[in-house]
Amino acid sequence: MSKSFLVDTTLCTACRGCQVACKQWHDLPAEETTNRGTYQNPADLSFDTYKLVRMTEGVVDDRLRWLFFPDQCRHCLEPPCQDTAGEPSAIFTNASTGAVIYTANTRGLNAGEIRQSCPYDIPRQAKDGTLAKCDMCSDRVENGLEPACVKVCPTGAMNFGEREDILKLAQKHLAAAQQKFPKATLLDPDDVRVVFLVGFDPGLYHEYAVASATEYGISRHAALRKMLRPFAGMVSHLG
Amino acid sequence: MTNHWIDIKNSDCILIMGSNAAENHPISFKFVTEAQGRGTKLISVDPRFTRTSSKADIYAPIRSGTDIAFLGGMIKYILDNNLYHKEYVQYYTNAPFLVSNSFKFKDGLFSGYDEKTRQYDKSQWAFQMDAKGVPEMDRSLKNSRCVFQLLKKHYARYTPQKVSEITGTPQKELLEIYKTYTATGKPGTAGTIMYAMGWTQHTTGVQNIRAMAMIQLLLGNMGVAGGGVNALRGESNVQGSTDHCLLWHIWPGYLQIPRASDDSLAAYNERCTPKSNDPLSANWWQNYPKYSVSMLKSFFGDNANADNGFGYDWLPRVDNGKDYSWLSLFDEMYKGTFKGFFAWGQNPACSGANAGKNRQAFAKLDWMVNVNIFDNETGSFWKGPGVNPASVKTEVFFLPAAVSVEKEGSITNSGRWSQWRYQGPKPMGNSWPDGQIIMELGNRIKAEYAKGGTFPEPIVNLKWDYLTKGEYDPHKVAKEINGYFVKDVTIKDKTYKKGTLVPSFAFLQADGSTSSGNWLYCNSYTEKGNMAARRSTKDAPNRIGLYPEFAWCWPVNRRIIYNRASVDLKGKPWDLKDWVIKFDGDAKDGKYVSSRWQGDVPDGGWYPMQNPDGSMRDDSRYAFIMRKHGHGQIFGPGRADGPFPEHYEPLECPIEKNPMNAQRINPTAPIYETGADEWASCDPRYPYVATTYRVVEHWQTGVMTRWQPWLLEMQPQVFVEMSEQLAQLKGIKNGERVKVSSPRGALECTAVVTKRLQPFKIAGSDVHQVGIPWHFGWVKPVNGREESANLLTPAAGDPNTRIPETKAFMVNVAKI
Repeated sequence: MSKSFLVDTTLCTACRGCQVACKQWHDLPAEETTNRGTYQNPADLSFDTYKLVRMTEGVVDDRLRWLFFPDQCRHCLEPPCQDTAGEPSAIFTNASTGAVIYTANTRGLNAGEIRQSCPYDIPRQAKDGTLAKCDMCSDRVENGLEPACVKVCPTGAMNFGEREDILKLAQKHLAAAQQKFPKATLLDPDDVRVVFLVGFDPGLYHEYAVASATEYGISRHAALRKMLRPFAGMVSHLG
Repeated sequence: MTNHWIDIKNSDCILIMGSNAAENHPISFKFVTEAQGRGTKLISVDPRFTRTSSKADIYAPIRSGTDIAFLGGMIKYILDNNLYHKEYVQYYTNAPFLVSNSFKFKDGLFSGYDEKTRQYDKSQWAFQMDAKGVPEMDRSLKNSRCVFQLLKKHYARYTPQKVSEITGTPQKELLEIYKTYTATGKPGTAGTIMYAMGWTQHTTGVQNIRAMAMIQLLLGNMGVAGGGVNALRGESNVQGSTDHCLLWHIWPGYLQIPRASDDSLAAYNERCTPKSNDPLSANWWQNYPKYSVSMLKSFFGDNANADNGFGYDWLPRVDNGKDYSWLSLFDEMYKGTFKGFFAWGQNPACSGANAGKNRQAFAKLDWMVNVNIFDNETGSFWKGPGVNPASVKTEVFFLPAAVSVEKEGSITNSGRWSQWRYQGPKPMGNSWPDGQIIMELGNRIKAEYAKGGTFPEPIVNLKWDYLTKGEYDPHKVAKEINGYFVKDVTIKDKTYKKGTLVPSFAFLQADGSTSSGNWLYCNSYTEKGNMAARRSTKDAPNRIGLYPEFAWCWPVNRRIIYNRASVDLKGKPWDLKDWVIKFDGDAKDGKYVSSRWQGDVPDGGWYPMQNPDGSMRDDSRYAFIMRKHGHGQIFGPGRADGPFPEHYEPLECPIEKNPMNAQRINPTAPIYETGADEWASCDPRYPYVATTYRVVEHWQTGVMTRWQPWLLEMQPQVFVEMSEQLAQLKGIKNGERVKVSSPRGALECTAVVTKRLQPFKIAGSDVHQVGIPWHFGWVKPVNGREESANLLTPAAGDPNTRIPETKAFMVNVAKI
């Protein structure tokens, strides 16, 4: 049985409760930041920031929009990072939840290659080369709790549950969103466990919002990776 | 809130104006989102496009300080297009009341204005009375002196063109919003307003709210589910603190503060108790003496009796006509009028308007006690920027207080729900709960006065028994607030023994046989237990989210106040689906013969106004039971600045002439005149409109949140938001540091250049507006460069409340 998220950005108010809850649960330190002329802070994901609400403003179809995108690892069904690593003691998929987990052993991997393999540009490295990212709050989930970011969300933008239920919920949310946003769409729902729902062209939210924005979709991305590193892929599956 | 948080979900149209709920009341968006999910329209009106606006169906910009023009235009739109709820307006509001012929309005002034005192003689706005002393009414609303006709005349000037010229809101958006919101005038539909300090903190603050209350009355939106006038309070327990008289002008439960001329309890009660000669008016405040005497009994216990006026003479009275509000207190402190100051859970060095004046005022004190959970700019003012510690005589004491989760007690939310909380962790180190500090302080003062002193009676006679085993006992206080019978009392054949908790305020007495610290909370802690601690998630039969057995709500657990106005004259709900109450009594031969209501606790259990056969009943009561004449007040003759809201410019404004009338500013607004109170209107040195606000990441002056690294990470620095056009004009780049200044002070901010602010076209000219959050102060972050936006704001206030005008003032912005 695997879990999934639905992140309905049309309901997100960018209160950033999720961003703080993530740091709190994982006991991650705050980064030294400055105001760079935007509310978005930190500037990007980092070894100490697994969840980041990206904020973009702009005129879309003659109307000013402020778009919020609570970015995080998508926990891919076939994670290219895992395949690329080929080292289950460093990157593996939790069989019960589907969470893609990074361990301290990621220090031994080629961090640049791992990050590049990710269609969503998620993993970040520490100075010593260790990689980190969202772990689906595996410890919470395995104890029957929701991930911290979902628990804290006031509007229903962040949802979590059994994959089958979440996919149904996603269709329901999509139908509702399309009433207001005709271009509303789900991002890569068949390939990832963190399904984003956006109201506009995904490229407006974030460069890496969707892998399938181009023809170079995630499945193809994963397949390519496998072709490039057939050995690694095999090891991974054996693991 | 007349309604409550959950009830927002029942609304058909939500107007968020004067607040930024998504950022400052983030959890409210649970219910806003739920409503939107079933088609409710969300309207956001704000000088700047906010996170709230990002979720709105309609957004419109408005220049700060022009809300009355905006809302006045909506009143005109309602009247011009006959969109008001006719039966509601005819029977539940004072629209039919005839106003005295002496009431006039000319050149921006109502009749009775005295230029010297800058005050009105309000007697000129009185209602016409019949021989019995009952207001003359014309329920057909046709009489030229009736409120309805005067209202039409008053707002005839508020045309969309004129409103747009003042507010800067484009006419297209203006009319779209008017049309969308006023559709809730249709019976059975409801619109709600979510407002906060964006409406209150103006020299016209009270009239901003009045204007919206009038709209809600015209549309029949008061008392119904998904309606009401809903103030989103700025702190989690600010409602509770107001209920228990945090402010100077009231006693607990909104009883009035005695004036010097109220030289006896009888004289005080006489002045404060309204009298109505209309048998159909419940005039609930006629019970006033029961509440004031019960409060005095609670203060002084057995020492209060009929012979000594229940200790009335032991309580301070205010000088007639004198103001003791925040602004006046700091004005007097600045002048050196008093010597000592308790800064308890507050940070006036950053929170008060014209904060620089406050900081200077602290140095005039002999002593200050700072009670807080962290060091702040108030307690450390003596070592602040530009201050030489050697030159400050003030002795500062710091008392560390426990955090809210470290203590047991109740908090009352904006929706009037008193909710009991339990202690989590024990207080850290030497910090104490506030209650413990107050008890200890009281005991020490009592011990001193026991030895003698000037006028010791108030202190030595004070009942002060809220400790259990030496510790502050919140249950004892909660019971005291609810109140006891202090002797055996028989009411309607039932005897209540001495010491029994009073079941509700209907049982309170004026003869000293009951004690109640706050009549409004009588019913909150009874012999059935601590009502605020209830946690049932069972809804009421109307299934509108009242959850009547979850916590407790004043008054008498009524979740939606004025709910008698949610039904027609026969007691049938206007809205059959989301009904609040409905009459369920038996009828015989076209007449009701028994009285029974379903749903929420009704505003009085009287029969409906009308029988099923249409005959009027003489044992009913008008819907608005707290009003002397029983009707919602479209005409408000009690306000300092007029019975109808009128547009005046803020004290500091960008235009020479008020386009609406001959008065530029509110003619009754109080103005302070020390050397620290400079202000500038239409001054080329300060050409830009400014406002202050909050962000979701910080809280108030940031005393709690600036010490919290995860929050500081998201909002590390004070910033000024401005349009791309203004930035270009001033050569300012996004993200660079700039200086913002007003006649009162200056601070450095990071420029956030954004499309979310746009220049306004005001009376033919381009007007730029900027905005600054007020969460910062020099103590933390430790670099000392992030300062309070209140160094800029003026100490000018509303004439009714003296709330400061921090939401509209003038500044300059310059590159550093």
